[in-house]
Amino acid sequence: MNAILKPTPGELPEEGHERWSAEFAAAVPGDATTFNRSGIPIKPLYTPRDWNGQACEQHLGYPGQYPYTRGIYPSMYRGRSWSQRQLVGLGVPEDYNLRVKEVLRLGASALSLLPCNSVFRGYDADEVPPELLGTCGTVINHVGDMEAALDGVPIGDISTAMNDPTPFTLLAFELAVARRRGVPWSRITGTSNQSDCISHFVANHMFFRLALQGARRVIVDHIAFCNEQVRGWNPLSVVGQHMQQAGATPAEAMAFTLCSAIQYAEDCIARRMDPDEFLPRFTFFFDISISFFEEVAKFRAGRRIWARLCKERFGAKDPRSWRFKFHGQTSGVDLTRQQPLNNIARVTAQAMAGIFGGLQSLHTDSYDEVFSTPTADAARIAVATQNVLREEAHLTDVIDPLGGSFFVEALTDEMEKKIESLIRMIDEAGGMYQAVEKGIVQQMIGDSALAFQKKIDSGEQTLVGVNAYQVEEDPADYPALEYPDPQRMKAYLERLAQFKRSRSNADVQKALGELARSANDPQLNVFAHVVSAAEAGATHGEICRTLREELGFGHVLAMV
Amino acid sequence: MAARPPRVIVTKIGFDGHDRGSRVIAACLRDAGMEVIYTPPWQEIPTVVKLAMEEDADVIGISSLATDHLIVPRLMSALRDAGMGDVQVIVGGIVPHRDEAVLLESGVARVFHPGTSLDDVVAEVRALTAKRRQMQGASA
Repeated sequence: MNAILKPTPGELPEEGHERWSAEFAAAVPGDATTFNRSGIPIKPLYTPRDWNGQACEQHLGYPGQYPYTRGIYPSMYRGRSWSQRQLVGLGVPEDYNLRVKEVLRLGASALSLLPCNSVFRGYDADEVPPELLGTCGTVINHVGDMEAALDGVPIGDISTAMNDPTPFTLLAFELAVARRRGVPWSRITGTSNQSDCISHFVANHMFFRLALQGARRVIVDHIAFCNEQVRGWNPLSVVGQHMQQAGATPAEAMAFTLCSAIQYAEDCIARRMDPDEFLPRFTFFFDISISFFEEVAKFRAGRRIWARLCKERFGAKDPRSWRFKFHGQTSGVDLTRQQPLNNIARVTAQAMAGIFGGLQSLHTDSYDEVFSTPTADAARIAVATQNVLREEAHLTDVIDPLGGSFFVEALTDEMEKKIESLIRMIDEAGGMYQAVEKGIVQQMIGDSALAFQKKIDSGEQTLVGVNAYQVEEDPADYPALEYPDPQRMKAYLERLAQFKRSRSNADVQKALGELARSANDPQLNVFAHVVSAAEAGATHGEICRTLREELGFGHVLAMV
Repeated sequence: MAARPPRVIVTKIGFDGHDRGSRVIAACLRDAGMEVIYTPPWQEIPTVVKLAMEEDADVIGISSLATDHLIVPRLMSALRDAGMGDVQVIVGGIVPHRDEAVLLESGVARVFHPGTSLDDVVAEVRALTAKRRQMQGASA
């Protein structure tokens, strides 16, 4: 759609370009074509032949104005920095609470909560091998646990982002805590992180609990409930991160994420929700790889495509509905166990790509994630990296500083074309739900993952310390995070048993019965009954099991 | 008669679902001419033991990213209890250095860390297959 425009005569003389071409060919004979990870050819030089200011009005515009290529807000970081959203989660609720209080004391304005993998899989702590409890995330099983985790935290004033996929028990527990404390739900703000069930089905299956079609029902109910009763909450975060971490190229990850968002938006519209009501609460979450300019272009192109989809495909009229708000996380896949301190440099480059790409919120990985869950020192460096980039390197002084670069603009246009062709392919397959149920998306991601690994193995893609620049080293030089104290976990399990004994089992059974009934009645809102069950004292595992029985178990469609 | 190619189970136990590593390894072993039995994540230990017995697996490859390797020692004793102590087990993924020693002590043949080349994995699986078949020959 974006024709290559001829340079304006007099701007750059044609004979100059010819001379440069000849001189370049002489200096670099047989220059091999370079491709980025998404398969787009990258030239050695970009000039007004590739992109020039005549395209400005249509494709670029101004920050805060359609099509938002240069950012979704007029002021961007000059007005307010991105949020520094580091995931925190380990051990028992009291461990989390200590960590949170420390983070708040240091000036954090938002919290994040990463639950234990047992929670992700939909089980209570007493249903799983005890060795694994709390080793990756905090064990949160019921309203009492959430009370302990948020003890002393002013939940009406602070945003809480929780990794909380279907059926969203963590938000239910927080709402129950709010009710106990007398905090109105209208003051509860934050995000159901990673609530995108499609991304879990395609990749990163740890979050996937219910059969896909059941999860599809629950996410729409969750969006409807939050729009009505928790209006400051972002119920949907559409996730490209899982897919890119699983091997998708940047263009594939952006395309498949947008396709998932299209499905959620169309499901909401089918439920007679107004696009201008739900779209402003959609958020996105992406991986940021080290392919620097490609990532910048991916985000700029994604922002433009999303604005167009919202306006033209969904018919949203409010400009707030057109904004592509996203959180970025630096890519763990790019980090190496060899010479691990080099990872600090990698994370810095990745973070810069995200910042120049215009993200709203950023998680920087710790250099030691190739050894274990981050240690405190490594996590501090990850946060400091963001502070250095903002306050010492002054990356926030100018909005979209790469805008207008011949290369960045041409690449943004190329990425846009690539992403749009993938979206067309998924549309033709019947949309994202059908495409993933047929395994089309998984197959493409798996192929891309293997192709990239082969490039590393062949040395075509350099990985410093791995296939180049190796040094002798002893991995024992780097400490790994200690696992939670087994005694504390044993005490937790005793308290869980005590909690189950002390609650009213009649109330719990009644609430779970109503939850089961809601799952079978499209007129009822399942998430409303998840909240009631949480308030009645039902545990996470009980809520998940009830819904699994009614809506089907989540089976992985794994393809090699 | 040509020797049967190595038969390998590639699987994940525990709760973690990140399966990029296991899929890449499975595809590469398959491309190297091996018989690969690939399972989705979240396998229970008894299921893996049963599968290894039914498939007469030479090698079981466990992929771990988020501490699931901590239950691998349980798999090792379950294999021994089932009389399958000769099946060779390898673990690949994010394994802290201190845990590597624990895994090796529990009978794991080899731990692969990030950055291992696919060629090294293929060579090791071939070597472990030869070792297992030798053990079987010796006990037959």
